[in-house]
Amino acid sequence: MTDLINLLYQCGDAFAFLVLSSLGLAVIFGMMGVINLAHGEFIMCGAYVTVSVTRLGVPLPFAILSGALVAGIVGIALERLVIRHLYGRPLDSIVATWGISLIATQGTLIVLGSSLPGIGTPFGSVPFGGYSYPIYRLVLIGAAVLLLVGLYILFNATRYGTVARATIQVPHMAEALGVDTRLVYSLTFGLGAALAGLTGGLYAPTMTIVPTMGATFLMEAFATVVIGGADVFIGTAPAAAALGVIKAVATSWEGQLAGQIALLVAVIAMIRILPNGVSGWLLQKRSS
Amino acid sequence: MMASLAGQRALAADPIKLGVLEDQSGDFSLATIGKVHGIELATDEINAKGGIAGRKIDLVIYDTQSDNTRYQQFMRRVLQRDKVDVVFAGFSSASREAYRPIVDQLDGFAFYNNQYEGGVCDSHMVVTGAVPEQQFSTLIPWMMEKFGKNIYTIAADYNFGQISAEWVRNIVKKNGGKMVGEEFIPLGVSQFSQTIQNIQKAKPDILMTLLVGTAQASYYGQAAAANLKVPMGSSVNIGQGYEHKRFPPPTLANMYVTTNYIEEVDTPASKEFLARWHAKFPHEPYVNQEAENSYAALYLYKQMVERAHGSTKRSDLRAIIDQGDVCIDAPEGRMCIDPKSQHVSHTIYLAKVNDDHSISFPKVWHDIKPYWLGDSGCDLTKKDPQTQYTPSSPPPKL
Repeated sequence: MTDLINLLYQCGDAFAFLVLSSLGLAVIFGMMGVINLAHGEFIMCGAYVTVSVTRLGVPLPFAILSGALVAGIVGIALERLVIRHLYGRPLDSIVATWGISLIATQGTLIVLGSSLPGIGTPFGSVPFGGYSYPIYRLVLIGAAVLLLVGLYILFNATRYGTVARATIQVPHMAEALGVDTRLVYSLTFGLGAALAGLTGGLYAPTMTIVPTMGATFLMEAFATVVIGGADVFIGTAPAAAALGVIKAVATSWEGQLAGQIALLVAVIAMIRILPNGVSGWLLQKRSS
Repeated sequence: MMASLAGQRALAADPIKLGVLEDQSGDFSLATIGKVHGIELATDEINAKGGIAGRKIDLVIYDTQSDNTRYQQFMRRVLQRDKVDVVFAGFSSASREAYRPIVDQLDGFAFYNNQYEGGVCDSHMVVTGAVPEQQFSTLIPWMMEKFGKNIYTIAADYNFGQISAEWVRNIVKKNGGKMVGEEFIPLGVSQFSQTIQNIQKAKPDILMTLLVGTAQASYYGQAAAANLKVPMGSSVNIGQGYEHKRFPPPTLANMYVTTNYIEEVDTPASKEFLARWHAKFPHEPYVNQEAENSYAALYLYKQMVERAHGSTKRSDLRAIIDQGDVCIDAPEGRMCIDPKSQHVSHTIYLAKVNDDHSISFPKVWHDIKPYWLGDSGCDLTKKDPQTQYTPSSPPPKL
């Protein structure tokens, strides 16, 4: 019984990390098709803002939201300055976002130094059967699920959602119908960046705050989004669930290295079987 | 005759070129920026007093960006293009092993000013950092006596972690203890829920943490959040990454670290050293073990070159090291180069992290020699194998 709960907890923990790592990227890369190698730096930005604002005495939830907000604003600015000119040029966007990532990491190091003091994890832990579970980890799992639901509602039940999906599917038609597609692109990129910032804020209390911290999210994020395919809801969520189980089981069986190997092997196998990801496969089934 | 004399005089006034390859950016920069500053401080002090044997020191500094390929690239560049007399280089053992063959091949002379897993027997290298026989042979028996005999190790999964874990295993066994778990974590991993549960399951008396880099440092916060209260021992924490300053207390309460220097060391020499340091670098967040090692290394080098009458030739310096009395009074205390292994003897401080993250020193060991290599058969005065040995594959007996 205890073992089962342990395994469930580990799966949930891995699931939350995969979902939160990849949500912003799912919007920017999955939906918009921009290969964003600066995704980790948006996460880092959210974490830095969260920690700094918390140190000013702002309660953690508001600090996390301000991290998301700042990352979102930075995202919108970057979209206007750089990304906008690179739509439809995926290879160029790789180089540009990689450059942005290097500049952000090194710039942070130069301006703010090699690390910020941490803020500690709130809420303590619950003991159970010889183990103890940090409550904040359960909050992270809850946040992952809530965000998925929230995004689903945003894209399916609001006017912005409809317009955004229309713009991304057939931009010239959307424009002909009077949609300001430039604004929609900007907002959607900003949304992706804000989601990344939110992730940084959520994980900030559990991690070392350094300029390179974004890199630890990048591999998981791309793995999940590539497996998930273009659709955030029928793609990212099931992909994160499947990968979370695979990673947790392999990690508890044979250690962290095995967990990482299993994750990557699963990704390789999945891309071979489902080249368009889970959502591509589901959509194909639906249309045939 | 005149011309050659003039040539010699010009030579004597030529600066000594010192190559510095350290990570000023990337994952390790937090721990290594102080190494560059230590070398700069010592250079300023020495140059202000007329240099080494009348020759000023010129620094050639490259940022290796925590990237092993850059170490190889820059090591070639400083030795071949910049033609430096000596190189101070490297933080991680992976980076050292990446550049060491190049130093050997190009017949360079390099100082590795970093604590590490031990075992490098190579006359092209002087190691001023502490090694396992200095850090673990002191720490583990002391902790076992105080806390119990069941030990669990978590270590970074590369040569440093693997070989250090082997040292822990051997010393635990020799002292009648038991390993109840051992786990190797790939570099860059930042999520530790499973590891924490494994430790809770094994219920060790002591947890040896040999984690490396800023990502892995996330372990401590996560373990504290899970209320894991096992006493921790380490050869790398505090002394390098000053985690007690970066994490809110009591995250690291009850951690014990053996180090040859940290800025809390409360001696007149250390205080005076810190005052000079902060006069030059007022914003330094922390003066760590490697910063002091790098600072002291330059003074060791100065002494060797001066005793060799200003020569920086490796064979001349080797002859000085062979005399066995290259010693200086460093901020930590006295340090001497062991001629057999070209490692350095150290004062070892046992640092305890208290609940409020202040540091106390329950014990100090003076003049701990780097004996293992020499005892097991590495003798650079006779033979130069240019190899790294481990406890399970020691050097052949002479």
